[in-house]
Amino acid sequence: MKISTARRIAQIFFFSTFLWLVLVASVGTGWTQWRGWPISWFLQLDPLAAIGTALTTHSLHPELAWALVTIVVTIAFGRVFCGFVCPFGAIHQFVGWLGRRVHRPKDKMAANAYRPAQAVKYYVLVALLAAAALSTGGAFVGALQVGLLDPMPLVHRSFNLVMLPAADLVSERWFPGGRFAMGAGLIGGVFVTFVLLNLWIPRFYCRFVCPLGALLGVFTRRTLWGIGKTGSKCSECGLCDVDCEGACNPMGPIHVSECLMCMNCLDTCPSAAPLAYLPRPSQGGEVTGHGVTRRGFVVAALSGLSAIPLTRLGGARTAWDPALVRPPGSVAEEEFLARCLKCCECARVCPTNVLQPATLEHGWEALWTPVLNNRIGTSGCQLNCIACGHACPTGAIRPLTLNEKQGQAEFESVGPVRIGLACVDRGRCLPWAMDRPCIVCQENCPVTPKAIYVSETEQTVRDGVFQVVSADGATLQIRGARLAGGQFASGDYVCKLPSEERGRAILANTEDTLTIDVSASRPEPVASGTVVEVQIRLQRPIVDPARCIGCGVCEHECPMSGLRAIRVTADNETRDPRHSVLLETRASQSTSTPPS
Amino acid sequence: MSEPAHLPPDPVTTRRAFLRRSLEAGAAIAATGTLAAWLWDRHPPGTLAHRAAAASLQDFSIRDSGKRMAIITGADRVRTLRRALDALGGIGRFIKRGDRVLVKVNAAFASPAILSATTHPDVAAEIVRQCRSADASAVLVTDNPINDPESCFALSGIGPAVAAAGGTVLLPRASDFAPCTLPGGRLIRNWPVLHEPFQGVTKLIGVAPVKHHARAGASMTIKNWYGLLGGRRNQFHQDINGIIVELCRLVRPTFVVLDGTTSMMTNGPTGGSLADLKPTHTLIISTDSVAADAFGATLLEKSFRDLPYLVQASALGCGTVDFDALEPARDSVS
Repeated sequence: MKISTARRIAQIFFFSTFLWLVLVASVGTGWTQWRGWPISWFLQLDPLAAIGTALTTHSLHPELAWALVTIVVTIAFGRVFCGFVCPFGAIHQFVGWLGRRVHRPKDKMAANAYRPAQAVKYYVLVALLAAAALSTGGAFVGALQVGLLDPMPLVHRSFNLVMLPAADLVSERWFPGGRFAMGAGLIGGVFVTFVLLNLWIPRFYCRFVCPLGALLGVFTRRTLWGIGKTGSKCSECGLCDVDCEGACNPMGPIHVSECLMCMNCLDTCPSAAPLAYLPRPSQGGEVTGHGVTRRGFVVAALSGLSAIPLTRLGGARTAWDPALVRPPGSVAEEEFLARCLKCCECARVCPTNVLQPATLEHGWEALWTPVLNNRIGTSGCQLNCIACGHACPTGAIRPLTLNEKQGQAEFESVGPVRIGLACVDRGRCLPWAMDRPCIVCQENCPVTPKAIYVSETEQTVRDGVFQVVSADGATLQIRGARLAGGQFASGDYVCKLPSEERGRAILANTEDTLTIDVSASRPEPVASGTVVEVQIRLQRPIVDPARCIGCGVCEHECPMSGLRAIRVTADNETRDPRHSVLLETRASQSTSTPPS
Repeated sequence: MSEPAHLPPDPVTTRRAFLRRSLEAGAAIAATGTLAAWLWDRHPPGTLAHRAAAASLQDFSIRDSGKRMAIITGADRVRTLRRALDALGGIGRFIKRGDRVLVKVNAAFASPAILSATTHPDVAAEIVRQCRSADASAVLVTDNPINDPESCFALSGIGPAVAAAGGTVLLPRASDFAPCTLPGGRLIRNWPVLHEPFQGVTKLIGVAPVKHHARAGASMTIKNWYGLLGGRRNQFHQDINGIIVELCRLVRPTFVVLDGTTSMMTNGPTGGSLADLKPTHTLIISTDSVAADAFGATLLEKSFRDLPYLVQASALGCGTVDFDALEPARDSVS
């Protein structure tokens, strides 16, 4: 078997594995559901994620230790991760091949020549790592923005939130009712743009943009094995460039760090001997640098470093955005941003679609980090669900137990995890503002006892004061009224007699009569001229902030169709005691151990 | 001024070529005109009057079976359910060979069965088994829950139990809803209703728990039909009695099962704690949902008078709140 065939098989295998892990990342115990599949495995293999988070948090998250495997393999065998494993790389290679099948070898050779611009990806890497590395403590911890361009988060985000839901739009097989992502156009647009750029220059993203490829390129400086010339006679025909994915000039001197280990040159070389995969330097010469100039390095590093003041001086750390309601188990915002890769695995596994990628509305730094949107979700954050924390590969969202989330058993003294607080907008709420019965929010509050309770009241309806002409037992004839038949007979209206404390239920009404309920007791005779009031019985919702966990089920269900009359903000969230609202909840917070 | 020499000469236009081009242009113009005429909107937006009223739901009740009811006490749901069916003459009285049965459960919330916020999986599964034993061709189980549908059916246990009993769970998809109008209705007019699962269905069974409900007073078999509504159905809470009465008029089931083995006395309809529940050890099957709910009210220590929708539905002839008038079969299995 040719080595390039083996590479193709490996690429198909790893790409299929990637697709499978995206597909099965739905909460459930079936074998086509999450069950125990390692859905974040490709992210765990990502050394850029490991090094990026290590720079911002000064620790290696245990799940990311898989990245060591990638690093060791790269140091020993070159960038085989790019050539054999990377699912995004497989897409680029496939699309590039598709677009170039009919091209002449001469044109392909020209397209695959080394370009000095391939150094750009190293500048991207330097800038991203510099932003992550700056750490003066306090508000100026490093900014983890590697996920913007790191291929593992990029390809997961794109498939999780755009490609899979788009493929499922018609059949609704995977997501009955559809699956939505805020700013899907930008996420999908970035992905599609990088894929289509292969039609201009093959492996455009891998050659010029990919910061992970650049990082692996750095690790190839002392690589043990590599592509190179054996010393046998080479006619310098240049055919090795025809299908060269990395544009690394195998004919020599070879750019070692650019070689993607596609192994195509070994097959296109017309004579068997000159090119080989060898544990010694190429006889055709090697370029071990990356084309990075000192000046370019400094500019890139300073650009990355300047990103910190540029984003942080906006004041978002003190005037924090209450619309950023984070998933349960999220660590406090500074550390959250120092850990979140923007891979959107949490949003993928969220059973209700309530977890969404933040848009630029939430600030540059938070772009594509998870935030709850209770209008998009099919329901709020489900009381009995802890999926997101178990999908997160970096510990930005801690893997909670149900007991910890709900404040049960050993967590009883700490209380439940609160992601925010629902507040009733009394200017929009039907019973508060418009004297219409509702309390859908109270009905749907999943906390027990409910965090939403009601205050009962009876309000006189508009033009609801009437003079009685005559009364015949339960039926009052009223003066000058022009009621619609049954208008007050829905069961929610009462008639308040001046002689009684509370109104009596109205059972029926005609244009000018009211029939009241006398089944329990008979009222005193109502004299002609008595003034009665038609009132509506209202239950008005009130939120108990000590019980509300911010799940947002109420906001989702609120019948105000646009801007809801009950809305959740991050106020009172447990992940940051400084965001506490109540004295008593602050007290319970201080007894809990903050996440490390 | 003469033409520059390097320009190519004008191609000679022959009469034949001119006629040919004229014909092609004419055909293109005619095609454009035809397409425009074909697409012409004779009902531009602005008036809804031309919209035909959407269909209502079929009547699934069995006329000759009359109004019948069984009230069985006991703690074991499967046994009380079987006894209740026996008392009414067996499942065969209602389900015939080849019937395609739709079972509307209450799967509103993603909470475990023990919290009684949803139809108990044992009852759902037994209904499926009974229908299968009567040679129903298919038993479909559906609901449009409040929480995420897949989580609701999984966590409540209804999904796995129904599948194990040989039924099919239908999760609502966006395309499953179609506008529906209740003839003479005030609220259900061109309102999206879970329509697709009804395709080819010949019998309809409602299976509901007994629950406290702060707005409606109680949620039992009639309120259970709320789960067939789509759209922004929560707006109907402004007239909760009105919508429940209209649902009672719209949905005419073959029979309903009211599971009062455990009743949710407070904190409904979500519950969430065992403290909200009370063992009331009663299961009701009735072809009259008003009668079933009127009896169910007593399990919640209420009367039908506390539930205006029952009084109103009874007055409209949808059923009777005087359940004793149906001479319900009463028995106890322990």
